Amino acid sequence: MNEQIVLNNVGSYETPASVREYTGKGGYEALKECLTRDPESVIREVEDSKLRGRGGAGFPTGTKWRYAASRKDTAYVVANADEGEPGAFKDRLIMEGDPHKLIEGIAIAGYAVGASHGFIYVRGEYSHCLNLLDEACADARKHHFLGNKIAGSDFCFDIKVRAGAGSYVCGEETALISSLEGKRGNPRIRPPYPTSRGLFGKPTVVNNVETLATIPAIIAGGSKWFSSVGTPQSTGTKLFPVSGAVRRPGCYELPMGTSLETLILTHAGGIKKGKTLKAVLVGGAAAGTFLGKENLSVPLSFEHLNQVNAQLGSGVVVVLDCDTNILDILVGIMEFFMRESCGLCAPCRVGIVQIHRLLSGMATGTIEPEDGIDRILSLARVMNKTCLCPLGQSVVMPLQSGLNLEVV
Amino acid sequence: MQVEITVDGNPMQLTKGETLLSELRSSGVDVPGLCYNGKVSPTGCCRLCCIKDTKTDKVEMACTLTVCEGMDIQVFTPEIEGYRKETLQLILSEHHHDCMTCEAAGSCDLEDLAYRYGIDSSSEVYPPAYTASPVHETQVLVFDPRKCIKCYRCVKACDELQEKHVLDMVERSNEIRVWAGYNGIWKESSCDGCGECIQACPVGALYEKEAVRKGRTWELTSTDTVCEYCGVGCLIQVYIKNNHIVKVKGKDGPANEGRLCVKGRFGHQYLEINRLTSPLIKMNGTFVEVTWDEAIHHVADTFSRMLTTYGPHVLGGLSSARCTNEENYLFQKFVRVLFHNNNVDHCARLCHASTVAGLTRAFGSGAMTNSIAELADSDCIFVMGSNTTETHPVIATFIRNAVRKGAALIVADPRAIDLASSAHVHLQLKNGTDVAVLNGIMNYIYTQGLHSQDFIETRTEGFSDFINVVGEYTPERVEDITGVSSEKIQEAALLFGQAEKASIVFSMGITQHITGTDNVLSLANLALLTGNVGRPSTGVNPLRGQGNVQGACDVGALSSVYPGYQPVTSPEAREQFETAWGVALSDNPGLTVVEMINKAALGEIKGMYIVGENPMVSDPNTNHVERALKNLEFLVVQDIFMTETALLADVVLPSQAALEKEGTFTNTERRIQPGRRVVEPPPNTKTDWQIIGSIAGKMGYPMEYGTVWDILREINQVTPIYRGITPERVTEGLQWPCPSEDHPGTPYLHRGTFSRGMGLFSPVDFVPPAECPDEEYPFVLSTGRILFHYHTGTMSRKVEALDSFVHEGYVEISSQDADILNINQDDFVEVTTRRGRITVRAKISDRVAPQSVFIPFHFSEAPANRLTNDALDPEAKIPELKVCACAIRKVDVITLQKEGEE
Ligand SMILES: Cc1cc2nc3c(=O)[nH]c(=O)nc-3n(C[C@H](O)[C@H](O)[C@H](O)COP(=O)(O)O)c2cc1C
Ligand code: SF4
Ligand code: SF4
Ligand code: SF4
Ligand code: FES
Repeated sequence: MNEQIVLNNVGSYETPASVREYTGKGGYEALKECLTRDPESVIREVEDSKLRGRGGAGFPTGTKWRYAASRKDTAYVVANADEGEPGAFKDRLIMEGDPHKLIEGIAIAGYAVGASHGFIYVRGEYSHCLNLLDEACADARKHHFLGNKIAGSDFCFDIKVRAGAGSYVCGEETALISSLEGKRGNPRIRPPYPTSRGLFGKPTVVNNVETLATIPAIIAGGSKWFSSVGTPQSTGTKLFPVSGAVRRPGCYELPMGTSLETLILTHAGGIKKGKTLKAVLVGGAAAGTFLGKENLSVPLSFEHLNQVNAQLGSGVVVVLDCDTNILDILVGIMEFFMRESCGLCAPCRVGIVQIHRLLSGMATGTIEPEDGIDRILSLARVMNKTCLCPLGQSVVMPLQSGLNLEVV
Repeated sequence: MQVEITVDGNPMQLTKGETLLSELRSSGVDVPGLCYNGKVSPTGCCRLCCIKDTKTDKVEMACTLTVCEGMDIQVFTPEIEGYRKETLQLILSEHHHDCMTCEAAGSCDLEDLAYRYGIDSSSEVYPPAYTASPVHETQVLVFDPRKCIKCYRCVKACDELQEKHVLDMVERSNEIRVWAGYNGIWKESSCDGCGECIQACPVGALYEKEAVRKGRTWELTSTDTVCEYCGVGCLIQVYIKNNHIVKVKGKDGPANEGRLCVKGRFGHQYLEINRLTSPLIKMNGTFVEVTWDEAIHHVADTFSRMLTTYGPHVLGGLSSARCTNEENYLFQKFVRVLFHNNNVDHCARLCHASTVAGLTRAFGSGAMTNSIAELADSDCIFVMGSNTTETHPVIATFIRNAVRKGAALIVADPRAIDLASSAHVHLQLKNGTDVAVLNGIMNYIYTQGLHSQDFIETRTEGFSDFINVVGEYTPERVEDITGVSSEKIQEAALLFGQAEKASIVFSMGITQHITGTDNVLSLANLALLTGNVGRPSTGVNPLRGQGNVQGACDVGALSSVYPGYQPVTSPEAREQFETAWGVALSDNPGLTVVEMINKAALGEIKGMYIVGENPMVSDPNTNHVERALKNLEFLVVQDIFMTETALLADVVLPSQAALEKEGTFTNTERRIQPGRRVVEPPPNTKTDWQIIGSIAGKMGYPMEYGTVWDILREINQVTPIYRGITPERVTEGLQWPCPSEDHPGTPYLHRGTFSRGMGLFSPVDFVPPAECPDEEYPFVLSTGRILFHYHTGTMSRKVEALDSFVHEGYVEISSQDADILNINQDDFVEVTTRRGRITVRAKISDRVAPQSVFIPFHFSEAPANRLTNDALDPEAKIPELKVCACAIRKVDVITLQKEGEE
C-alpha cells in the first residue's frame, strides 16, 4: 500500500471529533511549529511544496495564500466543503474521518495569511459532517487550538461552520462567498479575485477541504519530501473517488501520476463481473471528460490529463460499462446543469435548456444526430467563451468528448 | 485622462478608468448589451457586450471592464458577432415576443437588437423556453414575467438607486424570476410605486399600468419639465398623445439624476378631473357661470370700491407655492401696488418661516446652504424633523446612497420614520424637545473637544454666551427632558463631531413649533460649532415642501420682504421698488397668513384674493379659518379646482396648472428650472399671471407682459440674487445667488464669509410646547405628510393610482395604547382637542411612540387642522402644527350612524 498523507488516520479513531485522539497521532504539531515561524516562511513552505488546489482548478495554493497575505488587511480563510460534484465524496471522508486535520490546515492557512476568522462552508446535505465539525471545533477551542492565544502564542483564530442550502454552483468560490454573506449564491465577476476582495470585501483564501487537509503533512514532512511524491507538476497524493461499474467503488488516495488503469484495475478491483469497460468519466460532471479505452494508460495528474484534453478536476472517476448509453448519461448531466445553473448569465441559463432539448430529442430519436450535434457543440462553444463562471464554460467538455465517443 | 486603445485594429482615445462599454458607446462604437445600466453596478449577465482581448485571446464583457492604456480589443469580428447572435437567439427563445401588443414596442432594446442582427421568426432556431407565470399588477405597474429577460436592471435600480430593496431574483436556472417582497406578490410587497424599475427595464416586461393601450411609443410626443409636486424639483419627461399624459419618465436633472417618486411618475391624472372651466360669481348663495370680462370687472370694481370705502388696510392676498416665480412676483407686486399694503403671504409661513428667520439671523440667508447632490459625499448626515422618505422621496434615496457608501446617519424624530431603519442612531425624542436634544449633543461635542476652534475663532461671533447656555445641558439632564438616553446623545455627538463633512437636513418637524426659530438657531449653532458650513457636503439644509415654495419666497410673496429678501422697512429697498414700479409703497410690514385670518375673523380684513391655496384644509384651527373666511365681505379664489376654500368664495377664477403653462420654479436647493407647457389647458381658463394682469389693468395699473419671460426679465432687474438668471439661461439650472449674467450660480453658500459677515451663535434655552398633555387631553398629536399625497389632496387624491395606495385619513397609534383603549386596526376613533373633534380610522403602528399619535393632514373629510393649535412662534409667526394635546376615544359604528342621521 502506498503512503497515505490525507486519509492516514481515517477509520482509526473512536471519536473523530476528539482532539486527544488526533494529538495522540501527532496532530496539531504542525500548527504549533508554524506558530514558531513567521507567516512568510509558512507561505514559502507551501509554495515550495508545489501543492495545487484539489477543488477543481488546480491553482497553486502557496501563490493563492501569498496574494491574500500581500493585501496586508484582515483576511478570511474559507474551507470549501460544498462537495457538489456528482460522484465526489472525498471531502466528506476527511470531515467525517479526521476533522481536526482540516481544522489544523485552516488554522495554519489563517496564520499564514493574517486571518482571525475562518469558515467551513459545508454542503447542506452533509448534516453529519456539520455536527461533527461543530463538535470538533468546540473541542479544539477547549484545547486552545482555536480561539484566543492559540497554543500559548499570540495568534487568535476561530472557525465558524456554515451549511449551504443545496446549490451546486455555491461550490464555485465567488458564489460561495455571496452565499456566506447571506446573499443569493450568484458567481461574481472577476476581477476582483477573492484574494483581493472576497468575503465581506476582505482578502479571502478559498481552499478545498482536501487541499487544506494536506497542509499539516507538508509542514510536518517538509516541502522537499512532499514534492518528491507525485509528478513534477502535480506533487503529493490525490484522493480519487471511484464509482460506477467497478468491483470495489471507493475513495483511493494515490500518488499523483498513478495511471487511470492502475486506479481502476488494481485499486478499484477492475470492472464488474460480466461487463466490459466502455469509457471513464474523469474530473466530475462540470469539467468532466469521457475517456475511451485507448486513454486508460494516462497518468492521473494535472499535466498528463491536459494532454488528452481532460482535466483532473476534483479527481472524480466514474467508470461506465458497455451497456451504458453515453447519450443518456449526457442527458442526465444536462438535467443536472439545468437545475444547477444559477441562471445569471444568458448563454448558460438558456443554452443548457436548449442543449438538453436537443440531446433528449437525439436520445429519443426525434432529432437526427447530424441535426443535433453541430448545434449542440456550437452552443457549448459559445457558452465556453462567453459564460460568466466555469459552470457554463465547461459543459463543452463532457459534451464534446461524450458525443465523440458515442455518436461519431 | 485620455489613453489610447486599439479597437478592431484602429487606435482610439478613451477615458482611463471608465467603463469600457460606455466609453465605446459614447465614442460611436455601438456595442450591443441589454443588462448594462450606467447608473448602477454592472451585472454582466446578458453577455452581449462581449469583446475579445487580443493579447490574452480571452472573451470578456465590455460592461465589466475598465479602460486601460494599451488595451487591444476585437469588437466586431465575425467570431464575436457570432457569439452575440447565438446568445441573442437564446434570449429571444425565453422571451415571449408578442411585439404587436407590447407597450415597449418601438422603444425596446431587444426588439432593436433582433432587428439589427436580422433575427426574424423564420430564422429563429430555438423553440420557446419561457415558463408560464402569472402577470403581476400593482396600483401603478404591470409585470409580465414571460417577457422578462432576467437582466437584473429592475432589481438593481430598486436596490442601488431607490434603496428600497423590494426586488430580487428567486430560483435558479431558467426558472429564475423577479420576485417582489416576501411572498412574491408585488402588490403586497413594500413597493411604493416609484416606478424606477419600469424606467430601468430594457424590454416590455415592466410597464406603467395607466399607459396600457393609450398609444404606441411612436405616436407619443414628449416634453421635459419640472415635476409640479414637491420641492426636490425633479425633471420629468412627459409623454403625450392627443393632449393626454400617457406616461412619465425621470429626466437626468441635477436634483434627481433621473430618479422619481410615485407622485412625479404617476400623479398627473388630476389635470383632467373636475377642473374649473368658467369664471363663477356667487349670486344668492349659488355659483353662476359668467364671462371673463364680467368676472374681472366685478373683482376689480369690488376691490377698488372697498379701497375707497375702507382704506388700504382691509385687503390682503395669499399667493401660491404651486405657481411660477413669475406669477408669484406679479401677485406680490399686485398686492403691494394695488392694495397699497404688504398683506401678501403664502403657505411658506406655515412651513419654513422659522427657517428663514433663524437662518437669516445666524448666517444672513434663509435658504438651504448646500446642494442635494452633495449629500452623497457627506461623512455624516443628521436628519432632524424630516420624514424625508415620504416628503422628499428622491432626496431620501441620495441620503441612503451616502449611507451605503459609508456615511453615518443620525435621525432625530419622535416617530420611527422609515429612514430611522437605516440610521446608526435614532434619537426618538419627545415632541417639541428639539432644542434640548441639540444642546445636549453640542454639550458633549464641546466637552469632548470635537468643536472646531479655528472656525469658531475666525468665522463666528457670540460664542461665549452660547456656550454658557449649552454648558447647562449635560446629556443626563437632556435625557430627563427629551426621553433620549444620554448614551444615544453621546453617540450622536461623536458621529457628528468626528465627521470631516457633516450635513444637517431638516424640515417641518423642526419649524412648525412655537420654538421653530429657536430650533433652527440651534441647528445653525451645531453647524457653526463644528465648522460645518461653507464647504461642500456640509451645511444646514431645510427641505422645502411645495414645488415652488422657495421661489415664492425669493420673489417676495412674503409680508415682510420685497423680491430678493429686501425688507419692506428698508428705505433704500422701498425707494428702488417705488422707482421700478412707479408708485408709492407702504413701509409697514404686512400681515402673515395666520394674522390675516385672525383679522378677518375680527372684521378688520374685509377682502381677500387667494391664489392656488386651500387654507380651509392646510391652515391650523380650521373652525377658526372657516369663521374668518365666511366673515369676509369679498373673497376671490383663483384655482384649478373647486376647493374647500373656493366654495366659500364670492368669485372663483379658473386658472391653469403648472404642466399647462410656462415659467420658472425654484427648488429647495435654490435651483431655478423652467417649467414647460406639456399639455394644452382646458378651454376658458387663463394662466395666473394673465388673470392677475387683467385685474390690475382694470384697477388702473397696467401689468401687461407679452410672455412670462418678460416678467422674468423684470425679476432679473429688481432681484439681485436672480439677476443673472435670465430667460436665456433658465435651462442651465442655476442656483441663486447668481448676481450677474456671467455668474455660474452658487451650489453652496457662505464660502469664506457668511452672507451677514460672521456666523452668529445664539444662546437658545429649551421652552416646552404651548400645549402639553394633561389629564383631559393625555396624548400628543402631531400632523404631517405622507408619500402618496400632497398638501390638501386637491391634486393627488384625484389620481387613481395615488388614491389606491392610501384612500383616506387615519390616525397612527401605538400598539400599546391601542391595547389599553381596546382599539383594533381600522376601528373608528374620535380625536378631540381644545379646538375641535374629528373621527378617523385607527392605524396601529409602532412608528409612533406610546402616548403620541400622528394624523396626515391631506384629507379634508378627516381634517387634522380642525385639531391643531394656532399658537405662533413669536418671531416667525409659524403655528405649532407639530404638537398639541389630544384625547382619543373609540367610537362604535352605531353611534357614528346615529350621529350621521342627526
Ligand atoms: C460550478 C462549480 C462548482 C464547484 N464546486 C466546488 C466544490 O464543491 N468544492 C470545491 O472545493 N471546489 C469547488 N469548485 C472550485 C472552487 O471554485 C474553487 O476553485 C476551489 O474551492 C478552490 O480551492 P482549491 O484551490 O483548494 O482547489 C467549484 C467550481 C465550480 C465552477
Ligand atoms: S455560467 Fe451559469 S452558473 Fe455560471 S454564472 Fe453564468 S448562469 Fe450562473
Ligand atoms: S423585469 Fe425587465 S428589468 Fe427586470 S429583470 Fe426582467 S427584463 Fe430586466
Ligand atoms: S421627489 Fe418631489 S419633485 Fe421628485 S418626483 Fe417626487 S414629488 Fe416630484
Ligand atoms: S451589457 Fe455587458 S453583459 Fe450585458
